[in-house]
Amino acid sequence: MKDISLQSPIASTPLARRSLLKGAGAAVLLGGVGMPAIVRAQADTITFGHLTPLTGFLGPLGAYGQMGVQLAVEELNAAGGINGRKINLVMEDSVNPATASSKAERYIERDKVPVIIGEISSASALAISQVAARNKVVFVNTGGNSDALRGKDCNRFMFHVEGANTQYVKAVGAAMVRDGLVKGRKLFFLTADYAFGHDLSRVAKRYITANGGEVVADELVPTDATDFSPYLLKVRQARPDVVISNLAGNQITNFIKQYSEFGLKYPFGGFGFDTAVAWGAGKGTFGGLWPMIWHHDVPTPQSKAFVAAFVKKFGKPPENQAWGDYVAAKCVARAMIETKSTAAADLIGYFEKEPELDILKGRKGYFRAWDHQLIQEMYTVTARPVAEVKDQWDLMILGPAVPGPETALSAIAPTPEENACTFPA
Amino acid sequence: MPLELVFLIEQLLNGLLVGVAYLLIALGLSLIFSLGGIVNLAHGGFYAIGAYIGVQIGNRFGFPAAFVAAPLSVAVIGMVIERLLFSRFYRADPILSLLLTFGLAMVIEQALRMVFGATPIPFAIPEFLKGQVFVGDFIYSRYRIAILAVAAAAVLGLWLLLQRTAFGRVVRAGVQNPDMVGALGISLRPYLTAVAALGIGLAGLAGIMLAPISGVHPAMGAEILTAAFVVVVIGGLGSFWGVVLAGLLVGLVRGLTVYFIPPAAEASMYLLMLTVLLLRPRGLFGERILRFE
Repeated sequence: MKDISLQSPIASTPLARRSLLKGAGAAVLLGGVGMPAIVRAQADTITFGHLTPLTGFLGPLGAYGQMGVQLAVEELNAAGGINGRKINLVMEDSVNPATASSKAERYIERDKVPVIIGEISSASALAISQVAARNKVVFVNTGGNSDALRGKDCNRFMFHVEGANTQYVKAVGAAMVRDGLVKGRKLFFLTADYAFGHDLSRVAKRYITANGGEVVADELVPTDATDFSPYLLKVRQARPDVVISNLAGNQITNFIKQYSEFGLKYPFGGFGFDTAVAWGAGKGTFGGLWPMIWHHDVPTPQSKAFVAAFVKKFGKPPENQAWGDYVAAKCVARAMIETKSTAAADLIGYFEKEPELDILKGRKGYFRAWDHQLIQEMYTVTARPVAEVKDQWDLMILGPAVPGPETALSAIAPTPEENACTFPA
Repeated sequence: MPLELVFLIEQLLNGLLVGVAYLLIALGLSLIFSLGGIVNLAHGGFYAIGAYIGVQIGNRFGFPAAFVAAPLSVAVIGMVIERLLFSRFYRADPILSLLLTFGLAMVIEQALRMVFGATPIPFAIPEFLKGQVFVGDFIYSRYRIAILAVAAAAVLGLWLLLQRTAFGRVVRAGVQNPDMVGALGISLRPYLTAVAALGIGLAGLAGIMLAPISGVHPAMGAEILTAAFVVVVIGGLGSFWGVVLAGLLVGLVRGLTVYFIPPAAEASMYLLMLTVLLLRPRGLFGERILRFE
């Protein structure tokens, strides 16, 4: 290895302390910068740009998003790519809205990507969607839930594989109403204090009120909070009938762990959830009633094949975020194959005809033309009794798909009245 | 007692307990900085390593084994890091050691991510500490009371070590005037190693203690480090009780804000720091240490 002396030039540079400190500060902001793509786009390849948070409280989910998209691209390339052209995948850590925006910009200018896939944070998804719209590139959102992204902030270049908050709320809400946790009950909300949480809390309150429940408190919890004891003491003070989490990522893990630690007896659950959150809480600690967009126990042949391929490649079952990025890459590839084009106008035109898409679930899904939301089945999960748990991944009992077979899939999606979307011209 | 007051007191006590958890990390941070002049940005990383080692040992040999082994192994790692890395930077521009530990923090976080994955690892409270303690209207988690006891013992032990032993006398003298200590024919080298091992071991202890409460994931160190720094800054450099008081104060102020103005919970700690720095630039009990002025 070539010996490069880095130390002495730095030491001898008469830099002021403060400027170096500023440098360190800037480095903090850039923390977790992903590896820059080394492979440049070539004429005979199509480059997919992938962005998702790998650091911070959503980082654990982002890691699965990357695995999902990698597996999809590998399978697509093994099957001949897109009309003979191989897919070249570039992936980076989106970090925060500002960084996400500049990285999306760079993908488009440097790598000439026709599509950007990924994201989990609703705030970063909004930032990427603005860059995508300005440059006329398709962005498929695989993890940002806020209704506002499909409503107020919607745009023609953005598609949503991830369910909207309303889909989550209506899916698990029906189960809560069935279990008598809403009508005439007092509900205590804990809400993640950023775009996603605020949006979810708003949608959930509308649903609870419409179904005869009362939201008695809504506590905003900072996204970097790890200690929930003060909030749990407040829950106990309020003596509600039901405790509801509108939290996100690691927050939910800590909430569940500490809820069990404080031994609170009120039934609890939430309107947003990811499998990894339960895995982090662990056996005997996980509890409650939660919505789920996809789960590795979904009993369809396509889903089982995906799980088997994922376990083979990564040695563990896929988290639902892996499903989102996998399905997104597959849908985009299919649109490119069928339209023989990578132009945004052609891809959008294809999806807006609402073709049925295989999304590994019992019923096929489609991107709704007026807001570009993937209309699909949702699920609910509850804790599996400790004695029946087989391994560390097997903590949940998957409920039946929502809505039931006789109801239209759009029944749980936001209506135009609830979440109007007009694409900017 | 009116119920409202009970809840307020409950929040205050809870805040104090949370503050004690910060203390274990802040004291080590303060100790290493006071003696060697190294701002250890990797301190949170060692806290995370403590949690991960604790989980690995705990799952095989039970919690008590992890409780003993995790801090010890982290202390040994700290000793190695001190010998190999820190020791080269004691006399250098503090910026260099800042860069070193900053890099180290990122290496630790990324290494944990590569080895154990990015997802939080489950780690439960041991059976014998599960459950709650009720005193009238008060409720508290039994495990957190155990944390309080351990942390209090650690703080007391550290204080006795620094105040009542020959070792402590040399360390305290070294903080004030390392050159004079050298002139008296005492080499600070072994003391610097011991103090780094002690401080980093305390971070490891905090890691295993807090692992069952806050999730075990690669970024857990970065989460707690900021709070620990704030505690050190408020408490003042070189002051043992200043840091202790600051830890409790930060916890208390946080508890109060969550009770009265929840959205300001995170900001409260920084506002407190700002106020203290405006009134007392060296922190609450900060001593004037010439070489750091």
